[in-house]
Amino acid sequence: MIVAGRGGHLALAALALAIAALPWFGSSYHVGFVATALVAALFALSLQVLVGAVGMVSLGHAALFGVGAYVVWFLTPTGGPAPSIVLTLPTAALAGGLVALAIGGLALRTKGFFFLMTTLAFGQMVFFLFHDTPLGGGADGVFITRPALGVFDWVWEVPRRQRPSVLLWIDLGVLVAAYAGLAWLMRTLFGRALLGIRANEHRMAALGLPTLRYKLSAFVLGGALAGVAGHQWAMTEAFVSPELLGWHRSALALLAIVLGGVGALHGPILGALAFAVLGEVAGLVTERQHLVEGAVILFVVLVLPRGLAGLRLWRPLAHAPAPAPAPTPVPIADPAPAAVVDPA
Amino acid sequence: MTGAGLLVQVLNGLQYGLLLFLISSGLTLIFGVLGVINLAHGSLFMVGAYVTFLVAKAGAGLWLSLPLALVGGTALGVVLERVLFRRFYHREHLDQVLLTFALILLFEEGRSFIAGNDFHSVPVPASLDWSVPVAAGFSYSAYRLAVLAACLVVAALMFWTIERTRAGSAIRAAAEKPEMVDLLGMDARRIHMLVFGAGTALAMLGGALAAPLYSVYPGMGDGFLIISFVVVVVGGLGSVAGAFWAALLVGLVDTLSKVLLPVGAGAAVYVLMAVVLLWRPTGLFGGARA
Repeated sequence: MIVAGRGGHLALAALALAIAALPWFGSSYHVGFVATALVAALFALSLQVLVGAVGMVSLGHAALFGVGAYVVWFLTPTGGPAPSIVLTLPTAALAGGLVALAIGGLALRTKGFFFLMTTLAFGQMVFFLFHDTPLGGGADGVFITRPALGVFDWVWEVPRRQRPSVLLWIDLGVLVAAYAGLAWLMRTLFGRALLGIRANEHRMAALGLPTLRYKLSAFVLGGALAGVAGHQWAMTEAFVSPELLGWHRSALALLAIVLGGVGALHGPILGALAFAVLGEVAGLVTERQHLVEGAVILFVVLVLPRGLAGLRLWRPLAHAPAPAPAPTPVPIADPAPAAVVDPA
Repeated sequence: MTGAGLLVQVLNGLQYGLLLFLISSGLTLIFGVLGVINLAHGSLFMVGAYVTFLVAKAGAGLWLSLPLALVGGTALGVVLERVLFRRFYHREHLDQVLLTFALILLFEEGRSFIAGNDFHSVPVPASLDWSVPVAAGFSYSAYRLAVLAACLVVAALMFWTIERTRAGSAIRAAAEKPEMVDLLGMDARRIHMLVFGAGTALAMLGGALAAPLYSVYPGMGDGFLIISFVVVVVGGLGSVAGAFWAALLVGLVDTLSKVLLPVGAGAAVYVLMAVVLLWRPTGLFGGARA
């Protein structure tokens, strides 16, 4: 997985500025639509910490998203004033991280496709915990009061007309902060160790790295970010339901990652925004939205094997990346001969 | 609960499990032989159910829809394999997920175009619309018994084909060591087409049989798909025998937990899967492959 270079970050910054300026030229409907898409992008980015960085594909990630969203509801006293975002946001991150620690501690005993299915199993257990018991206010979901924007006694009362814009800016700010934090993290020793595990776990273990601890740390970090994404969902939509925890949402986030590109940290952001816009535009053009969505995804997967992030508007001559080697089937056993000394 | 009531529920569980076997046997074979994760398998099940619905609407019965599902399913599977899936055998699993997700969307759109977006119940065939008394005060639907018997016949045929015929041994060999099959001069592409066609036909047959029991509705493949994945994983990837026993186990656990447990019944199957995976990380009948 790569982090975008200077040109890529300029393009991303331009995209962020364009989104931030949306309230001045878009209707409140479009502002709300983009805010929801930003939350989806944040959630997909949190899954990229597992998928892109370490190669752990989870289908239970939405459970952590849902737990983060329900934290807002748990913290809101019935009839009382809304709790401050200063309290709810860290609690959502903590809750997502703790549930991830419990799930990951067990699920990381398995690998590959079995890891996918184990995370699905645990995710669905959390889903049914909220769906079948009165713990989360019932199967139909509950409306919640948005967390207050303020500390202690000082609260910023957002006028009703400005609320969609403010929510958009908060969602954008959280997404940008999360992206910047992860981009920094991938450059640290920790991030490089994760990439090493993705490339060859056996070698990293042989180098003396406690790979399981690193994988669990990445799983917990992704879970905490998913909790934050869930918190942003609850804040943006003011509604939580067990559907937030279901495997379908995990699948959509995976879709955003693959569509945008597994190989780039910003891939899931592009993928989630593109998928939201695609659905919206297709809805304008035709009644048959799924037809357009399906055809476009089919096109991407057949023609752009590296996703949207693999698209290049121009190709710098000096540092042209080497063309990706033709995909080869993964050998079952590690064929590295023992006699060859690795120069690295 | 009385003994007779429990017997009825056990029969329900077995019938549900055998239906799951029709779907998951194709899923496990396609994964084992072709190495493809096919999320669209649930949509094929849905297509089969809608075949029964449309045939019934046209005034004909299961005697037409079952052969139609089998023949149409084989043809559809062969076309899908040749046109799309063949390009994806050596791509990453995530690309296969994306491809088959696109197929789900296209199948749902086709369903909406042909049959609309409403719920429809499908009548039980008149010749099987009666009940068999099982005990005092309890009787059991003849159609459910017929589905149970039909699934058992299909399962027996499948085991016979896989264990006793040349094509079956080629399939087993291709699942075990695909390179060796190529080296021995057998055409692996034909084996792939055969497996994909058969898997598709089985899923559509399952759907065609299930339509009168569960009615037909948009997205009905989703729930069956995810439970079938549970079956495949509990049984062990690529193992048809594993899929058979796991399907029965999952069918019984799901049905009985819904009757016996007051809360959290939906999670029972997933608890089962988690326990199996933590105890035997490659499933009940899985080898060392992951």
